[in-house]
Amino acid sequence: MLYALCFLLFMIGLYCAVVKKNMVKIVIGIVIMEYAVNLFLIMLGYRTGGQAPIVGQKDIAATGTELTNAFINSSVDPLPQALVLTAIVISLGSLALMISICIRTYEKYGTFDITEIRRLKG
Amino acid sequence: MNIPLPLFVVIPLIVAFLLPIIGSLGGKGKSASTLLANITVLVLLALSILSLGKSDVYQVGKWTIPLGINLVLDGLSVLMLVAVSVVSFAAMLFSVKYMEQYTAKPKYLSLFLLMVAGMNGVVLSGDIFNLFVFLEVASIASYALVGFGCEHEELEASFKYMVLGEIASIFVLFGVALVYGNTGMLNMAYISKSIQQNGMNPGLTFALGLFIAGFGLKAALVPFHAWLPDAHPSAPAPISAMLSGVLIKTLGVYALARIIFNVFGLSLPVAWILLALAMLSMTVGAFLAIGQRDIKRLMAYSSISQVGYIVLGIALGGLIMVKQQNIVLASLAILGGLFHLLNHSVYKSLLFLTSGSIESATGTRDMKKMGGLTQRLPLTRATCTIASASIVGIPPFSGFWSKLILVVAAVQAHFYWIAALIVFVSLCTLIMYLKLQRYVFLGDLPEKFKKIKEHRGTMLASMVFLAVLCVFMGLLVISPTLKAIVLDPAVRVLIGGLRYSKNIITISGM
Amino acid sequence: MKGMTVIVKTITSWVKILIFLFGIYIILFGHLTPGGGFAGGVILASSYILIMLAYGRDFVEENLSLPAASRIDCLGAFSFAMIAILGLVFGGSFFVNFLFQKYLPGQPLNLVSAGTIPLSNIAIGLKVGASLFLVIVSLSICCKDFRPGTSVNKKKE
Repeated sequence: MLYALCFLLFMIGLYCAVVKKNMVKIVIGIVIMEYAVNLFLIMLGYRTGGQAPIVGQKDIAATGTELTNAFINSSVDPLPQALVLTAIVISLGSLALMISICIRTYEKYGTFDITEIRRLKG
Repeated sequence: MNIPLPLFVVIPLIVAFLLPIIGSLGGKGKSASTLLANITVLVLLALSILSLGKSDVYQVGKWTIPLGINLVLDGLSVLMLVAVSVVSFAAMLFSVKYMEQYTAKPKYLSLFLLMVAGMNGVVLSGDIFNLFVFLEVASIASYALVGFGCEHEELEASFKYMVLGEIASIFVLFGVALVYGNTGMLNMAYISKSIQQNGMNPGLTFALGLFIAGFGLKAALVPFHAWLPDAHPSAPAPISAMLSGVLIKTLGVYALARIIFNVFGLSLPVAWILLALAMLSMTVGAFLAIGQRDIKRLMAYSSISQVGYIVLGIALGGLIMVKQQNIVLASLAILGGLFHLLNHSVYKSLLFLTSGSIESATGTRDMKKMGGLTQRLPLTRATCTIASASIVGIPPFSGFWSKLILVVAAVQAHFYWIAALIVFVSLCTLIMYLKLQRYVFLGDLPEKFKKIKEHRGTMLASMVFLAVLCVFMGLLVISPTLKAIVLDPAVRVLIGGLRYSKNIITISGM
Repeated sequence: MKGMTVIVKTITSWVKILIFLFGIYIILFGHLTPGGGFAGGVILASSYILIMLAYGRDFVEENLSLPAASRIDCLGAFSFAMIAILGLVFGGSFFVNFLFQKYLPGQPLNLVSAGTIPLSNIAIGLKVGASLFLVIVSLSICCKDFRPGTSVNKKKE
């Protein structure tokens, strides 16, 4: 069910990126898509009532297998979080580049409307 | 001794980060940075040629798979590595002189090397998420390079490319997420093992669809091709050569082939989908190319058509393998596709470099305004003719052999209509390149071009280097020893299909 | 842009140090608590961005050297890659944690306990802080001094 909401967010972003005519709105649509995927990744690793996957003092002290197992069984999956962190860094880079291209295009053409920015054709 | 695989990624990365520092030291720093960048690509070329015929699995940080990240070198990766190195070497040599007209050359070189690092990473990665990361590195560098001139057309093309490219990357990321959710693995070998054990489910099928759409967008197969004819002509000429020559193949075709053949395993519908996409790209690209007046735009459309050939070869091989279980014929078709990939990366980058030479001499890209340039640009004309003959498929040149192999494979597998289509699209290619030759090099020389001079030196050297390769590449299939070193391992990787995972897991000693 | 009122400037001059220190804390303790190079670098950059917002971008251009920031940016990435190469030299494989337990022994959960990881975090922190600062500055002064592609270098966490 929650996954479906993620997918809905993804589709909203895709719609926004495909249909809108303003360059900034297209960028916003792409970012929404990106965050929908990030949310999806985070939810893959979540378990109900799970705890943060950080090893604390008490987990170190108890080297016995029982506590370790309890920790493993109760923490959420840390891998998707690492993936999302990397994906966020990447999306930051591409977002900065997209915004800068938007600004430069605005300087050249004086508009954000992609229907008016049509020097290339074919 | 095996070469440590991360060197292919780390060397260009380190140099890429050093270059802006060196370049900011003034005039001497600029030439030093150019030299350093050239040496880097040369070293990469030497390393990739040295690693021909080897196979290796490298576990980064000594973390065993599936826990850690691994890099995989097999026949297909080596083939792509060599293609990337050759084209980047030529393009780098070309840009020494060509990029003088732009400012901020160290940044250009830095982005160039970043793109090379990303492509090498994509080719070597044995981990599906790492593949996405390197894909993004290469594509972000290429977005910036397409818009490097900061003029009207370049910015517009870069924005278009960027929006579509980002959507493609997000599709790929979504696919990765779905695969992780369904198998719990990110390592390609283990994903493949898990899929073989548990079979496909709807989530994985959806992920496969997302991968096809995402990598298809990167490879500019026809329904997804809208960005390519804008982006490739707008970039500086060496970058167009890189983009058309190797970027669309590493990010698109290679990744698609790897995911479909080695990870998910082939099935009949997927092979048919690929075949349909390939044939669509071949014909539509060729038809659209004939009508163009801009040289680089014509070449860009022809790239779409040629990528169609490559995917056609690979998909045909897959189809034969699934449907007729005929390994010999399937490997013939895949050999044709992969050889065409190698050929196309050489002659299409050569064509784009000659277009850069023409453009920097005449200052225009419009074919109708040119003519008679043979007198003024004799060597450019010679290399351009060699490349055109090669792309059309005139016998002694390399393009002929790959097309011949494709046709023979299609005929022997009784797909006569595919063979006919290949020949027909070749005819269209002939028409467009005859048109190019006719308008650019033959006819009357306009008055204003009477004084132009050809660029000598490094620009010419890189073009001649690629032209010589074009002439002698045919040896790769004619001579059995060369074929056994270069092409056969790559074909075996794709034919081997799902055995990939078993190989990786045994090599890594698990 | 002249900057904001005196109140904002005064408070900024106090708060910027705290933010900067917090960023350093996040970077140094990245291997023990949530955070790390990227998050800490963003916080470092945000302290400079706060200065830019409060005092105006002319102040930033006069008092902070943008080429130096660009150099720090490259240096951070370069040292991160060098740490990986040192792993190859000393440990036999890329990114091997060659300092771990061998040269720098330490109890778990102490500051000095994770070998090369804090070093990589510092490198990433420098890289991210400098490059994010550069991105914001170049976006805000793009009319005069904008270079495409200065900041698209990728950071790997």
